[in-house]
Amino acid sequence: MWKVILRRVLIMIPEIILLSILVFLLAKMMPGDPFTGSINPRAGTAEIHHLMRINGLYDPWYQQYWNWIVHLFHGNLGQSYQYHESVANLIGQRAENTLWLSLFTMVLTYLIALPMGMYAGRHEGKLPDTIIRIYTYVTYCIPFFVILVVGLWIFGYVLNWFPTTGSISATASGFSGTILSRFYHMLLPGLLGALFSTVNIVQYLRSEVIDAKRSDYVKTARAKGVPEKAIYRHHIFRNSLLPIAAFGGYSITGLLNGSIFTESIFSYPGMGLLFVNSISYRDYTVITALVLLFGILNLLGTLLSDIILGIVDPRIRIK
Amino acid sequence: MSDQTLLNIKNLSTSFKIEGEFYEAISQINLQVKRDQILAIVGESGCGKSTLATTVMGLHDPAITKSTGQVVFEGQDLLKMNEVQYNKIRGAKIGMIFQDPLSALNPLKKIKDQITEVMDYHTQLTEKQKSERALELLQDVGIDNPQRTARQFPHELSGGMRQRVIIAIAIACKPDLLIADEPTTALDVTIQAQILDLIRKIQQENHSGVILITHDLGVVAQTADEVAVMYAGQIVEQGTVQQIFENPLHPYTRSLLRSVPQADSENDELYVIAGNVPSLQQMPKDGDRFAPRIPWVPSSAHEKHPTMHQLSAGHQVRCTCYQNFNFPVAPKGVRQ
Repeated sequence: MWKVILRRVLIMIPEIILLSILVFLLAKMMPGDPFTGSINPRAGTAEIHHLMRINGLYDPWYQQYWNWIVHLFHGNLGQSYQYHESVANLIGQRAENTLWLSLFTMVLTYLIALPMGMYAGRHEGKLPDTIIRIYTYVTYCIPFFVILVVGLWIFGYVLNWFPTTGSISATASGFSGTILSRFYHMLLPGLLGALFSTVNIVQYLRSEVIDAKRSDYVKTARAKGVPEKAIYRHHIFRNSLLPIAAFGGYSITGLLNGSIFTESIFSYPGMGLLFVNSISYRDYTVITALVLLFGILNLLGTLLSDIILGIVDPRIRIK
Repeated sequence: MSDQTLLNIKNLSTSFKIEGEFYEAISQINLQVKRDQILAIVGESGCGKSTLATTVMGLHDPAITKSTGQVVFEGQDLLKMNEVQYNKIRGAKIGMIFQDPLSALNPLKKIKDQITEVMDYHTQLTEKQKSERALELLQDVGIDNPQRTARQFPHELSGGMRQRVIIAIAIACKPDLLIADEPTTALDVTIQAQILDLIRKIQQENHSGVILITHDLGVVAQTADEVAVMYAGQIVEQGTVQQIFENPLHPYTRSLLRSVPQADSENDELYVIAGNVPSLQQMPKDGDRFAPRIPWVPSSAHEKHPTMHQLSAGHQVRCTCYQNFNFPVAPKGVRQ
């Protein structure tokens, strides 16, 4: 098993190199530059050209790429043009916020989705199942950002139940006060995110349970005289959860994608918001670093899924 | 009813709900299974053999199934039992061997746990005793290295091995009645004979009764004591193995026997029964259900409401058309 993991990690190296080239080129292909509008408005184009030149932005792409990679290996992700701060610092501050929000969303998602999917599958065709199905279809049809905006409007502005921006209130103090304030700020975006991401898991789990219910091995268990409750506990639920467990790794991808919407709409200072801002400022160093980071996290998510599956499913023993 | 009768099925009909309406999958079945006896149920696919077995086991979803009649097992009517009572019988007193060994085992559980599970609910044994019994059972069903197999998962075993494991599960609590639903269909021929021998051996050791469901007449001749031939949800002929093979009467039985390849008649083309078993929704309400597949037999030969006729001790046949039945004159190239 360890050999396979090592091999998979080694395979990731060329993947990451390829990804970095692609990311770098795409960032460079964006029109515009990081200086127009950010310096002294009376400065002429000559000054911008000068800034572009001393920052190496007129060099051929492979040279720029090479410089970037060399710096990367020295642990230097470069300076943000927008914030005049090192990119590593910049991301470091936000990563924590995104991590907490993503973890919170993930926990909520599974807390909602697992009981819902199992219940719907077990009581297929009954009224609660119909309601759950309607919920999943309706939610699936609405774009994520619409859910977020409407949720923010209703619960944040109209009802005024939740804070509408930020990750912590400025007046929060003390250890427990900080934690509570953080939690309070995550509650609405986390709930809305979970509401959206449960949909796939509920539908998947529901159909897994229905399949398992009709499987031959469940018939065997019935013929053994195993009571219905135990059949669900030992046979149906366990076997249906397997693909969901494997899904876990991939859900990192979904959370990162989701963070871009959630954080921009809730002005939540995380990586997603930073990413959107950097794109509008053409803050190349931040964009490339973030996309590369997202890419690596995705690859790790996939690897994690395979490892989880290898552990929980005896048929996929990695040798 | 003699003391030896284990299972007495009386006027059993089972219907399934399809698009809001009930359709009969088996109708008016009367059968007895005795101790120390193997009863074979024979018929084409879709004739209700498996429905009969799963009805006896109570494996149907009660929401879409309706069973009438009686299934008296050791003096109790199984159809009147609730789930709790039924679960005391299933696995303990009636064991079932399933058709497809590839899918009948839980892919995520070790073989040992799948065997001990049945003991969890029907015995008071300790964990250690259950494990020992599991190994013993694996030995009994002819697995060479029980310790190793017990630790393995189903996908690590061959089809024959898995079927042996399923048999081990079915006999773990020494049931009085064993239902084998096409136990050899998914296996290759050499393994088939071994599995049948195994079933026969177990039946003799435990003095149990066996219902052997199959479409393979070779299996019947080799294994069974009594035979019931089913067509379209009804029993059309019933008797001992000798009666059925030496003096088959019902056109369907005769057609089936004629459809079996014979080693000594290489030049013959095989007889093919024209048409199909009618689907549940197309089942004729009355008349002989086999009549459409033997159109050359005049309709006057059939009874309007075919009943079983007792011909000799134990030998019964449905409808009177057997008296007028002859195979049609063969087309060119086929020897009669």
